[in-house]
Amino acid sequence: MYVAVKGGEKAIDTAHQLLAEQRRGDTAVAELTLDQIKNQMTLAVDRVMTEGSLYDRDLAALAIKQARGDLMEAIFLLRAYRTTLPRLATTEPLETDALRIIRRISATFKDLPGGQVLGPTFDYTHRLLDFALAADGEAPVPVPADAAPLEPCPRVTALLNAEGLIEPDLAADDAEPGDITREPPLYPADRAVRLQTLARADEGWLLALGYSTQRGYAKSHPFAGEIRIGSVDVEIIPEELGFPVCIGSIEVAECEMINQFKGSKTTPPQFTRGYGLTFGHGERKAMSMALVDRALRARELGEDITAPAQDEEFVLSHGDTVESSGFTQHLKLPHYVDFQSELVAVRALRAEYDARRRARSGEQGEL
Amino acid sequence: MTDTGYNYAYLDEQTKRMIRRAILKAVAVPGYQVPFAGREMPLPYGWGTGGIQVTAAIIGQDDTLKVIDQGADDTTNAVSIRRFFARTAAVKTTEKTVEATVIQTRHRIPETPLTENQIMVYQVPIPEPLRWMEPRETETRKMHALQEYGVMHVKLYEDIARFGHIATTYDYPVMVNDRYLMAPSPIPKFDNPKLNNSPALQLFGAGREKRIYAVPPYTPVKSLDFTDHPFEVQRWDDCCALCGATDSFLDEVITDDKGGRMYVCSDSDYCGDRRAAGHVGPQGVDADAYQRATAAE
Amino acid sequence: MTMIPQTPLLRVEGLTHYYGSRLGCRDVSFDLYPGEVLGIVGESGSGKSTLLSCLSARQDPSSGRVLYQSRHDGEIDLYRVSEPRRRLLMRTEWGIVHQNPRDGLRMTVSAGANIGERLMAVGARHYGDIRDQAIDWLGRVEISDDRTDDLPRTFSGGMQQRLQIARNLVTQPRLIFMDEPTGGLDVSVQARLLDLLRGLVSSLGLSVIIVTHDLAVARLLAHRLMVMKEGQVVETGLTDQVLDDPHHPYTQLLVSSVLQV
Repeated sequence: MYVAVKGGEKAIDTAHQLLAEQRRGDTAVAELTLDQIKNQMTLAVDRVMTEGSLYDRDLAALAIKQARGDLMEAIFLLRAYRTTLPRLATTEPLETDALRIIRRISATFKDLPGGQVLGPTFDYTHRLLDFALAADGEAPVPVPADAAPLEPCPRVTALLNAEGLIEPDLAADDAEPGDITREPPLYPADRAVRLQTLARADEGWLLALGYSTQRGYAKSHPFAGEIRIGSVDVEIIPEELGFPVCIGSIEVAECEMINQFKGSKTTPPQFTRGYGLTFGHGERKAMSMALVDRALRARELGEDITAPAQDEEFVLSHGDTVESSGFTQHLKLPHYVDFQSELVAVRALRAEYDARRRARSGEQGEL
Repeated sequence: MTDTGYNYAYLDEQTKRMIRRAILKAVAVPGYQVPFAGREMPLPYGWGTGGIQVTAAIIGQDDTLKVIDQGADDTTNAVSIRRFFARTAAVKTTEKTVEATVIQTRHRIPETPLTENQIMVYQVPIPEPLRWMEPRETETRKMHALQEYGVMHVKLYEDIARFGHIATTYDYPVMVNDRYLMAPSPIPKFDNPKLNNSPALQLFGAGREKRIYAVPPYTPVKSLDFTDHPFEVQRWDDCCALCGATDSFLDEVITDDKGGRMYVCSDSDYCGDRRAAGHVGPQGVDADAYQRATAAE
Repeated sequence: MTMIPQTPLLRVEGLTHYYGSRLGCRDVSFDLYPGEVLGIVGESGSGKSTLLSCLSARQDPSSGRVLYQSRHDGEIDLYRVSEPRRRLLMRTEWGIVHQNPRDGLRMTVSAGANIGERLMAVGARHYGDIRDQAIDWLGRVEISDDRTDDLPRTFSGGMQQRLQIARNLVTQPRLIFMDEPTGGLDVSVQARLLDLLRGLVSSLGLSVIIVTHDLAVARLLAHRLMVMKEGQVVETGLTDQVLDDPHHPYTQLLVSSVLQV
């Protein structure tokens, strides 16, 4: 007697057990603590918070641990948690002008008010493996140079703004921004919606698209006007109070790209902006985001849309890690029924094809 | 609140209300894709998040849920989704089509006819039937609004020109209520006739694409075709090896590495019912032996 | 020449288009009568393609009107009617033949389906009939019926262009827009295509607006000519008149430069 394949329940349970075992690894090795992840894997935590769109270092660390270090999986865990949270309040716009800066650089001016501050950066490290770290030794902790945070300093774009050489900051617009977690995406999308989507988008996707604009696919002559990293206060206005109250501070990385623009019917030649913002120290993503933001403004600025990075539907609808990873991996699910349908169809087509060929060779044989 | 620390049926009540509004609109305009703000779910996109959100929004404690994938209740993803609702909604689950009030499905419609007391929830990967001819949403929305569906027939024309008959076998496009072109989700075209004038409410959820659409009870659903090449469903020369059914969708099972194969019902509940009632296929066993075998499991 | 009835098919009034601050075309007005072929000539960059886009509902003009005498609904103001109406017009009463056949054909489906598409778009649902009409039209544009199921990319440039023409004509449109239909073709292929076009236009009584930089094409096909320079019409008249006795210095230059070749 044939017994159809059964045992889905048991198979799933076993798979989960194996997964837990693999996550833990060799039990002779001490278990990873969330504090360790939170304090020593900070850039992983930053990325998971950014693409998970939830600022919570503890939960991000938990997600990374649970996901065996797979950041996409961790992002997914955090998102699926975030989506169930009640919306208690909406914060006031972040005043990144008042950022307590630990890093601030501009590629456009050699020196400027506030100065250039390298801060903690890989930029000028030699990428040589440090075997001292491998030797289990406590990594040498250098003396902090100057622990005092810097004074808030003016933005590079504000300096250009004074001269009228750059388009005015669009933040002056009071329109209520859309909310991509509460409204379905509809195209064409406005800039607020685009920026939100980019902020959650996969870093690799944005990096590649931003890179493509540098290589001539929608060239926009970018300059890194300013990159700043630091902490900023988050404020809400409780209804019962009616004035802003600080509820804490978060670390962000912000990038303003300055791009050439030759002018159009309504606007004079001037510099335009691309904007990027991430949680934590996500500088590379903030830069990529700024490049792509600028590329996506082609329609608004009356530029020809010729390259992938300018194609709003293409860029926005394929950048979400959770969406793309889920749908790609759904190919693992059974498709017996669809495949069976195709199998029946191909067999029939094949039979017809063979019959035709036989008929033809028969004709030739008679000749 | 259930023991999971999440709201009943996972989603918060505001989200459920938002989804119900989308469902109401979908029912009011049969076949029209209603955009909704789909949420991240704890299951991956492409694995049924649209269907799960629809089910979560409509399910209540009095409901009995059946979940099938490829027609079967025991495929892993069906098990996983059924467990999810058992855990978060404390809902009764069943494998019996006749007992279910809500049936969530991926890729099949049960063989047992549906009733007015049932709601079908389809998991939809790509809700846009025009997507393969026109990838742009801005353009396809316009095509739906203007009922510009000629291009869909171009595809069918091309099939006939090339193969002599329409070669689309699943996710076969349908016209709902003589107005909207609709993707029935990747069910085999064998199931398309069941969509037409069904007594059950049929809801379609696409989570990643954030669309909900519906076919209300007793709505005409017509599979596209040509007058001289009418719509046809798949037929098999064989019957189900276990229950002998000749009227059901059959899965092919490879039995050895020498080309041996058999056909069995894709709808495991239907097949089981038939066997319990004494129908025996060429490789099946009689009802008593079947009862003993299933009891032993 | 065909007798010209009283009511124009198309009336164009003060059509102007700017791309940002750059002029596309300015203040173009003319009437087109049923059965008439109007040639728009000028160098590249003279605004003739912009004008064609504005005339054929593909580019909202900055100002001006395009009025079309439709088959059933009387005169309609092209940029005042709804988009559905405009799109319906484009697949029933109008046709557009692009310079590059790739812009006018569906390259991934067969020649038969390319011709059949417009029929299916207006409701044809009998495969056999659609196919018969497709084959009939392939014959009329001199493509053998054994190519019906081939993809356009297996066709030569001239065949692709003829296929594009058949695809447009199958729903019996009244007005055809052509943008350099013979551009990019060999001279001998051009001649054959022009012959075919001339035959179809007169036997079907089509009205045509054809943009070309090639005065030989204009002379063969057009009843009347409009000469454009820097976005404006500098001279209009009967084709022979304009080409044999050009008044505007620019037209004289155009004509003489062709004659020297």
